[in-house]
Amino acid sequence: MTEEIIIAGFGGQGVLSMGKILAYSGIMQNQEVSWMPAYGPEMRGGTANVTAIISDERISSPILQVFDTAIILNQQSMDKFESAVKPGGILLYDPNGISHHPSRKDINIYKVEGAKLAAEMGNTKIFNMVVLGAYLKIRPIVKLENVMKGLKKSLPERYHKLLPLNEDAINMGMKNVITVQEV
Amino acid sequence: MAEINIQDIIKPENLVYKKTRLMTDKTLSYCPGCGHGTAHRLIMEVIEEMGKEHDTIGVAPVGCSVLAYEFMNIDMQEAAHGRAPALATGIKRLWPDKVVFTYQGDGDLAAIGTGETIHACNRGENIVIVFINNGIYGMTGGQMAPTTLVGMKTSTTPYGRDVAQMGNPLKITELVAQLPGTYYVTRQAVHTPAAVRKAKRAIRKAFENQVNKKPGLSFVEVVSNCNSGWKMTPVDANNWMEENMFPFYNLGDIKVDGKLIEK
Amino acid sequence: MGELRLMKGNEALAEAAIRAGVDGYFGYPITPQSEVIEYLTAEKPYERTGMVVLQAESEVASINMLYGAGATGKKAMTSSSSPGISLMQEGISYIAGAEIPVVLVNVVRGGPGLGDIQPSQSDYFQTTKGGGHGDYRLIALAPSSVQEMSDFVPLAFELAFKYRNPAIIVSDGAIGQMMEKVELFEQMPRMTDEEIRAKYKWATNGKLEDGTRRIITSLDLDPYKLEEHNLKLQKKYKEIEENEVRYEKIMCDDAEYIIVAYGLSARISQKAIQLLREKGIKAGLLRPITLWPFPTKQIKELVDSGIKGFLSVEMSAGQMVEDVKLAVNGKVKVEHFGRLGGVVHSPEEVVEALEQKIIGG
Ligand SMILES: Cc1ncc(C[n+]2csc(CCOP(=O)(O)OP(=O)(O)O)c2C)c(N)n1
Ligand code: SF4
Ligand SMILES: [Mg+2]
Repeated sequence: MTEEIIIAGFGGQGVLSMGKILAYSGIMQNQEVSWMPAYGPEMRGGTANVTAIISDERISSPILQVFDTAIILNQQSMDKFESAVKPGGILLYDPNGISHHPSRKDINIYKVEGAKLAAEMGNTKIFNMVVLGAYLKIRPIVKLENVMKGLKKSLPERYHKLLPLNEDAINMGMKNVITVQEV
Repeated sequence: MAEINIQDIIKPENLVYKKTRLMTDKTLSYCPGCGHGTAHRLIMEVIEEMGKEHDTIGVAPVGCSVLAYEFMNIDMQEAAHGRAPALATGIKRLWPDKVVFTYQGDGDLAAIGTGETIHACNRGENIVIVFINNGIYGMTGGQMAPTTLVGMKTSTTPYGRDVAQMGNPLKITELVAQLPGTYYVTRQAVHTPAAVRKAKRAIRKAFENQVNKKPGLSFVEVVSNCNSGWKMTPVDANNWMEENMFPFYNLGDIKVDGKLIEK
Repeated sequence: MGELRLMKGNEALAEAAIRAGVDGYFGYPITPQSEVIEYLTAEKPYERTGMVVLQAESEVASINMLYGAGATGKKAMTSSSSPGISLMQEGISYIAGAEIPVVLVNVVRGGPGLGDIQPSQSDYFQTTKGGGHGDYRLIALAPSSVQEMSDFVPLAFELAFKYRNPAIIVSDGAIGQMMEKVELFEQMPRMTDEEIRAKYKWATNGKLEDGTRRIITSLDLDPYKLEEHNLKLQKKYKEIEENEVRYEKIMCDDAEYIIVAYGLSARISQKAIQLLREKGIKAGLLRPITLWPFPTKQIKELVDSGIKGFLSVEMSAGQMVEDVKLAVNGKVKVEHFGRLGGVVHSPEEVVEALEQKIIGG
């Protein structure tokens, strides 16, 4: 199994940490992982994206042009990455702030109201966890228990009290993913 | 009531402030609230007012203001990190009637370029150095600068600057004031309208010294904020600067007309 | 098994420096490698192992601090990125001339000049052909994963001390910034001062008990003596060329075409080879791990085994390709492919380049 994912949105949406948690989860179940952010000062307050790869084998290129899955959290990223999903691949997005919805017919499209659900749960910071939950529902490549282990490893000790909230957010995302189109 | 149209307001007689021609229309790349933009503008206003648009060559540093040449609408050169005073020396020696200035951050001027700074000052190059002291390396993400205050946290002093390990913050401005080669040395700020007016007068004086071929280098430090590097909001950063930077980096003239000011 | 962590390449390198028992790190911040000194200052290595970390006022200062520290027999290291490494060249030449074992790290970014901060491989010439003055060589290791960013630190020191020669780890912005799983090696002890004095008799750390005085210099005004010194260096370089070539071969056994690539480009090319094989094209990858000494002999052997063509894939305008051509010596086709200025080529572009420049061309 090799899953090549691009996660893209605004800086501050937790794009990079979502990728990191996925990568950590992969390590927890003995897989190979890579996490390659777009970096540099142009990222300040602007767009952020990260390529995360989880595989049973040694990972070749950490930088890719086409992906099995794109997780898209703003319009700029939609414009940039909709076309980068492999035919038959997955596009998951949060419709909040999206004006041009995806139009490809040859990929699986799902959405989740991540921002809205996180706000309803009273903490907009767990937005990325809701989206992660939605993704794991569609592609259960890592077990929830390993995600929680990964989360624990990637969060500093002082935030460990927030682990249950994060788990709730993942479950919220799992329950609320909407299928737009399946091919 | 008749509807007011924006075009009715935009009239020459209503104009209270106008951006100098010598700033380009490029959007500044600085973080909101950063002092760099204001400092750029003051230099350009002074050059415009002095009618030196066609006679000035500026040297940009490496630091957040590496793109100063995108914003300052005059002839500009881009130096390697710390070497701006050497470039400026080269220019001025061959074009003694031109106006030459460098614009440098604290890392650029007081760490990697200390040698160039000291020697340009010591030779008394007839140039202006504008020195933006924000106590940190803004560009590279907030590492310690030579000017970082004792105890101040940066990404390379995560437990605060420790004197035993990293020495004291370097008052390079006081240091260059001791050199016979400097003619005018002053420390200013640009965080309030009053400070901006004062800073502009200082910059004007520095450039006038050069144009009038006064013997020596004119050095204008601007104590500024780096809200991103300090990890504060712009308002908090300015307050923090007043409370912490100014008591150490006292504002005001240090040397005027080649004479140290008695304090 | 060692401790598993998810780390950035730069962080893994910094952690490895502590664990390898390095005595001193001297550096100046520059993107995309500032995480090295940031990680080191946060980790308080002085408390962990006694390792000293100092932020120098420039790369000129860093390299000269390294020269001084290395000349006492201690393990000293610096890291920087392209413009900073350029600034160090004078010092590097002195260090090579004086035969000081130090370790340098270049997390390469796009150039020339201030360039940009994106990953690049355009410092190959500077690294392998002598960026400074004089006839000298650096032992150059090119990691292509975060794991190797860690593993190559102790290896670089081992080689540097074995040959009393500076070694350099040549990485790039992507390997430095990306995170991967890394298995950390166990803490190695730092050598005590007594051990250093006993082991490295050449080092200037105070006259020996028998009164022997040591001198570290790269100067000799007598040209015949300097020639002799140079011949001695050349003999050492020959020995390194014979013993220390490191490389990796992937799917070369049945290959008709070979991609030669190191570092990030090797990772991308590995993917390209998978794509090529899916198309029925038998491609293999030769990954030089040491850029100097270069796997010249291995390329010659591949030529003799009937390879039809070589593509050198580098994020540069074609630097390593010259060494590939020297090895192939005109017997089969050799071409270069690579994006410039910090643009990273995609596996698909590599596939296309091999098809057009080698197979079709
Ligand atoms: C030779 C070299 N070393 C390091 C760097 C990386 N670098 C770029 S800007 C900078 C520090 C800038 O700090 P400062 O001069 O205080 O300017 P600020 O960004 O704070 O305005 C550094 C270390 C470089 N560009 N060149
Ligand atoms: S990082 Fe600091 S110095 Fe640079 S633009 Fe932002 S506030 Fe200004
Ligand atoms: Mg600064």
